[in-house]
Amino acid sequence: MEIGISHYLTVSAILFTLGVFGIFINRKNVIVILMSIELILLAVNINMVAFSAFLNDIVGQVFALFILTVAAAEAAIGLAILVVFYRNRGSIAVEDVNVMKG
Amino acid sequence: MGLQALFFYMFAFVAVASAFMVIAARNPVYSVLFLIVTFFNAAGLFLLTGAEFLAMILLVVYVGAVAVLFLFVVMMLDIDFAALRSGLIEHAPVGALVGLVLAAELIIVVGGSTLAPEIASNAAHPIPPIAERTNTAALGDVLYTDYVYFFQIAGLVLLVAMIGAIVLTLRHREGIKRQDISAQVARTPATAVEVVKVKPGQGL
Repeated sequence: MEIGISHYLTVSAILFTLGVFGIFINRKNVIVILMSIELILLAVNINMVAFSAFLNDIVGQVFALFILTVAAAEAAIGLAILVVFYRNRGSIAVEDVNVMKG
Repeated sequence: MGLQALFFYMFAFVAVASAFMVIAARNPVYSVLFLIVTFFNAAGLFLLTGAEFLAMILLVVYVGAVAVLFLFVVMMLDIDFAALRSGLIEHAPVGALVGLVLAAELIIVVGGSTLAPEIASNAAHPIPPIAERTNTAALGDVLYTDYVYFFQIAGLVLLVAMIGAIVLTLRHREGIKRQDISAQVARTPATAVEVVKVKPGQGL
């Protein structure tokens, strides 16, 4: 059985679902939520690259590169906010985050 | 079943299994390590589709930078992770339900889809044969011409992220001796050196 685009899309769909599932079950741990977001972005990247390969169009890979850039920036900013939040509050529980408002 | 299919199933299975361990591991350090395994196998999947440059960039950027950043933060913060996992069981059924529905929908939609062969002729930038132009060069041909503004904006995004991360985490703590360069430069012999006449037989 030849490996077609549907195989790649299925793998990417499973990775995406695992990312969403991780956000649901790890509601208190911001670090694991950030890792779940990385998983979701990786799933998007696999979609982009798979379509790029099977449509024979290199623009998909260019966009995957941009997604990679934004994901790296997002991880850096997210972890910086996490460190500041931990310094101020002494915990990283998501339930405490609403004290930042106002 | 050819060699390509064998490697595809190997990479896909390990990627999905370690992605599951990322969200299920008890210790966040293990989560980060499983995230690294996931990225390695995703890079293998990229290689199978011919996106060689992206596969290497995925390793360099994610494994080399992002995952190490995660590891650094996990180890730097002194967190009671057992307390953070207390609500895990009560959220699990809802999460599993949502996840299963989402996965079923996505797989039903994309799983059976195939591409019409004539659609490949509509490509904006067709991938040149690998013998003529390597993947990296072909990517550069497009990235630095048609997408040069996007490339510049991506660099700007990284600059803003870098400045933002530094501004957020930089702090000046009180009571720590720091180098004061202007004070050092402004020193004169009159303020720095004192000449003392020591009488014979006496100390200072």
